[in-house]
This record gives sequence, C-alpha cells and structure tokens, in this order.
Amino acid sequence: MSPVRTVRPAPPSKRARPRRLGPGDRVFLTVIVGIPLLALLVFVWLPALASVGLSFTNWDGIALSDIRWTGLDNYREIFTNYPPFWPAVQHNVVWLLFTALLPTPFGIFLAYQLDRKIRFTRIYQTAIFLPMVLSLAVVGFIWEIIYNPDNGLLNGILSGAGSGQPIDWLGDPDLNLWAVLVASAWRHTGYIMILYLAGLKGFDPALKEAAALDGANGRQTFLRVVFPALKPVNIIILVVTVMESLRAFDIVYVLGGGTGSKPGMELLSLLITDNIIGESSHIGYGSALAVVLLVVSLLAICAFLVQTFRKEDK
Amino acid sequence: MTATVTPPAAGSRTRRATPTGDGPPRPGRQTGRHLLLGGIALLWLVPLLWAVYTSLRPYEDTAKHGYLSWPHGISLENFSNAWSQSGMPHFFWNSVLITIPAVLGTLLFSAAVAFFVSRFDFRWNIALLMFFTAGNLLPAQVLITPLYRLYLQVPLPGWMSDSFLLYDSVWGIIAIHIAYQCGFCTFVLSNYMRTIPKEITEASLVDGAPVWRQFFQIVLPLCRPAFAALATLESIWIYNDFFWSLALIDTGDKRPITSALANLQGQYFTNPNLIAAGALLTAIPTLLVYFALQRQFISGLTIGSGKG
Repeated sequence: MSPVRTVRPAPPSKRARPRRLGPGDRVFLTVIVGIPLLALLVFVWLPALASVGLSFTNWDGIALSDIRWTGLDNYREIFTNYPPFWPAVQHNVVWLLFTALLPTPFGIFLAYQLDRKIRFTRIYQTAIFLPMVLSLAVVGFIWEIIYNPDNGLLNGILSGAGSGQPIDWLGDPDLNLWAVLVASAWRHTGYIMILYLAGLKGFDPALKEAAALDGANGRQTFLRVVFPALKPVNIIILVVTVMESLRAFDIVYVLGGGTGSKPGMELLSLLITDNIIGESSHIGYGSALAVVLLVVSLLAICAFLVQTFRKEDK
Repeated sequence: MTATVTPPAAGSRTRRATPTGDGPPRPGRQTGRHLLLGGIALLWLVPLLWAVYTSLRPYEDTAKHGYLSWPHGISLENFSNAWSQSGMPHFFWNSVLITIPAVLGTLLFSAAVAFFVSRFDFRWNIALLMFFTAGNLLPAQVLITPLYRLYLQVPLPGWMSDSFLLYDSVWGIIAIHIAYQCGFCTFVLSNYMRTIPKEITEASLVDGAPVWRQFFQIVLPLCRPAFAALATLESIWIYNDFFWSLALIDTGDKRPITSALANLQGQYFTNPNLIAAGALLTAIPTLLVYFALQRQFISGLTIGSGKG
C-alpha cells in the first residue's frame, strides 16, 4: 500500500500563520481563480439555472420577447399529457437497474480475479478495458454492423443456426433498448473493472491474510472483508453508474439512426434534445424535462459530494 | 483512508510481491482462471475484431457472399475510400484544433484553482472545490438550451469565426470543454497538490518569492505526473466528444471527426464496410494514445477515485 498521507496543517498553525500575501499576490490569485470561476459560472452554472427558469415559460426559441411565463404548465403537461415521457423515465430506470445489476458487479468480479497474481493480467485487462477508450459514437457504429438486420453478425450467426426470420434488433421497440444496453455494458464493464482494480491495489493484504487464517474461503473473504472495506471506491462506482445511466445519450443517438428518440429507446436526454434542437423547438418543454433530469442528478451529485468532502469539513 | 491519495507515480503501479490471502496458487485453479479470463477477454474483443474484418473486405465480396463468409480477398481499399471520399483529413484537423487548446486550457485553469484551494486557507475553499467538482457532474443536456441561446448572442470578430458568433465556431466548443472539464481536473489536481509538503512553498514564501513564482516554478513542475495522466485522459475524452459539437456547431464542415462520422453514416449507410473503416480510422488516435500512454491513462482515471 503506497498512498501518501496528505499534509494537513494542524489547526493551531493555521491561525498562527500570518498573512504574507502582498497586493501583487492577491491580484495574481484573484485573476487565476477568477477566470476559471467566471468560465464555470457563465458556461455551466448559469445555463443550468437558466434551464430551471425557462422550464416555467412557454417559448418557441425564436425571439426573446415571445417568452411567456406559464408557471407549472410545462410540468403538468409533461407528467400528464406527453406520451413519450413515462416510457423515457421507465427506460432510464431500466438502464440504471440493468447497469447496476449486470456490468457493474461483473466489472467488480473481473477486477477481483485480475488482482490475483497470475500471468497475462495486463492482456486481459487491456482487452476488457479497450472499449472505454473508443468514443460512444464509434461504439455505436461498431455495434450497428453487429445488429444490422440484413447483414449484421448477430443475424448471420442466428440464421446459420437455423433461425428463420431476420430479427430487426434496433428497429423492434421491444428489443432495441436491450440491444443498446448490451453495447453500453460492453463499455461500462471495463470502466468499473479499472476503478475497482485501483481500489484493490490500495487494499491492505494483511486483512485478507487474517481472513484466510480464520478459514474464510475466497467468496467469504470478498463479501465480508474486501467489499465492505472498499466503501469509498464502492461509492464512486455507484455514482459513476448512476450518472452514466442518466447521461446516456451518444450511443442511443447513433444506434437509433441519429434522429433523436425512437420508439422503444426514449430516454430523458434524447427527449430534451428532441424538444430543443430541431425544426419546432419547445424550449419550455425541453427545459422542464432537463430540470427533471437535473433534480435526479443532483441527488447523486450531493451523495457524492457529501461522501467526498465530509471529512475535510471537520 | 482519510484524505489519502495514490499518486500516479511509477512506484504505485508495481504489484505486491507476496501472494494475497489465497494460500499458495494451485495449478488447476490457475488454468481455470485463465480459461475464464481469456474467454471473456476474447468475447470482449469480438465486436472490434468484427469491425476490422468487415472493413478489410471489399464491398462486392460481402454483397455476393454475405458478411459471415470466408474472405475472397482482403484490402485496405475501404480505408483509403473512407479517408479520401468523406474528407476525413479535414475533420481530423478540426479535432486537433479543438482538442489541443481545450486540453491545455483545462489543465492550466484547473491547476490554478487547485493551487488556490489546496495551498491557501480561505474560508470558501471547500465550497469552491465542490462547486467546480459538481459542475462536471451536471448532465450536458441540462445546460444545452441556455448555452445554445448564449452562443447565438455572443458576437465574435470575423477572423475568429465566420459565423460572427460563438455559435458554430471552434472557439465555442473549446470554451465549453474547458469550463465543463475543469471540475474533474481541479478535483484530481487539488488532491495531488495536497501531497506536496507545505514546507516547500512556505520556504519560498519566507524567502520573499511572490505567489506567481510559487505557482509556476514550484507547484506546476512538481505536478508533472498528474498533468501527464490528466492530459492523456482529457485528450481522449475531448476528442471523443459527440454532444457539444453536434449541438453547438451548425456547419458540418467545422465539426470534429467524431460527430462528422455521423455524416459518413448518412452518406454511405448502405455500405457497412466503409462505415466500419471510417469508425476504425476515427478510433485510431485514441487507440494509439491509449497503447502508448496506458499507465498515464489509467492513473488519470483512478487518482480521481483513489480518494475517499
């Protein structure tokens, strides 16, 4: 284990240290912190706040003078009278559950296997992590030539095995979400594996040895000793999984043919894009959808921040 | 694990010398594990290998014999066609023009904020750091409407953008990348900078060195390993971006390679061989960076999570 203990000043020395910053130093610090802060405010936080504001308006996105305050109308409309909304929520939930229950534990399992002292670890690791290096758009194109109903690999294998009708993996609303989820899991597993492997490398081997002395087998050691001890990494993995599931966009967009949401593949991120980019833009609508996504994301973000910064605030 | 950081130094990657609590490795189990891991690794490579196989076969061959058939000739023709017919060199150049300034800007900005947050004791430090970190976690779709409007409102001189706006310009894409990615890099760099003993900079303060000198001549050079890791990771992320350039660039000709690939799909969607070649060509830079700088890439990902 090789983490370096962070040097935190003891509380008394904090107070005792006199301010030695001259005016030049203050100007320098203000400038180097002020510029990034301004960029963050203007390009990230103000747009996020403005989305909240726009969600209470009715706007076609053309002239600013056309903005009309409509209160909660957009939200009422979305929740009660916008057909793709509930399917999208449902698909986002399916996405989250699928990712949390299959590729995430599988990535952890692979990391645990790779952490043993065996040969070729690097090769296995590289192969499984490789999809993570590709852009989601490229991943989409690669899977398209697998799922293609006429000349894709999957139907080729199935028809070779004697199945008659070609299956339209990406066109069938009952199937396409699962097809996309498989492609997404292909990428997600390696990510989780690498994160967990990093956690395992920082794990104290003495704990495992103690468990082995007590007669615990491999599975017991993992479930009772290793997994609970890696709580910080587990939380990061949970946040990554939730955030990636909420943000899912590129791969669905590409596999859906690059035309926004398709039946069976509606997701919140795609509905927002549908409403704000394109011929008839419903900015108010799109923003209200964005706020729904924002609220759910903020729950995950807060959980992450609380876990990460709790100790430092003391 | 109170506020500990695993530095991305070479030493941290070396494996433990002693076997862990599994007792002496038994040969039978090892073979089983190799079969399992090898099988999974191979399964994971199948989509990529299939894309390579498809891209190497002439369209006529696959049209006649089907895709799942033995090749009657292998050639790089699809690659050269994808390269020359769809203007890929031009789109690659667009990607370079976006990625390099965006990565450098992100690193410089986040180093500055991380320096401030980790080396000075002001009341709002933790809040500032949280503010930056949370910014990176917001879903892009939440920002896009106002950002799109903002980009339409901000004028740029003609020599910077022929749309005379931040919208539809490379500058706009660079700006949003820097602002958005700063959060992650600040988080990682501030953790890293805390591992640098305070005495080093305090000594220079006592010597009367101004803060800017501390920053540029002491702290930045000491952060070189973290910069290497983050630069690798961020260049791949920014190069791979799809959403921002799709939403904020209107002219197809100005798009970076990843989103320009969507055009290729529209143009040639009846020719999967060509699309496979185009997708693989697009992926080559990231694959090269990954294989050359694997260690940096992974430590970049994991120094962000090695802390708890």
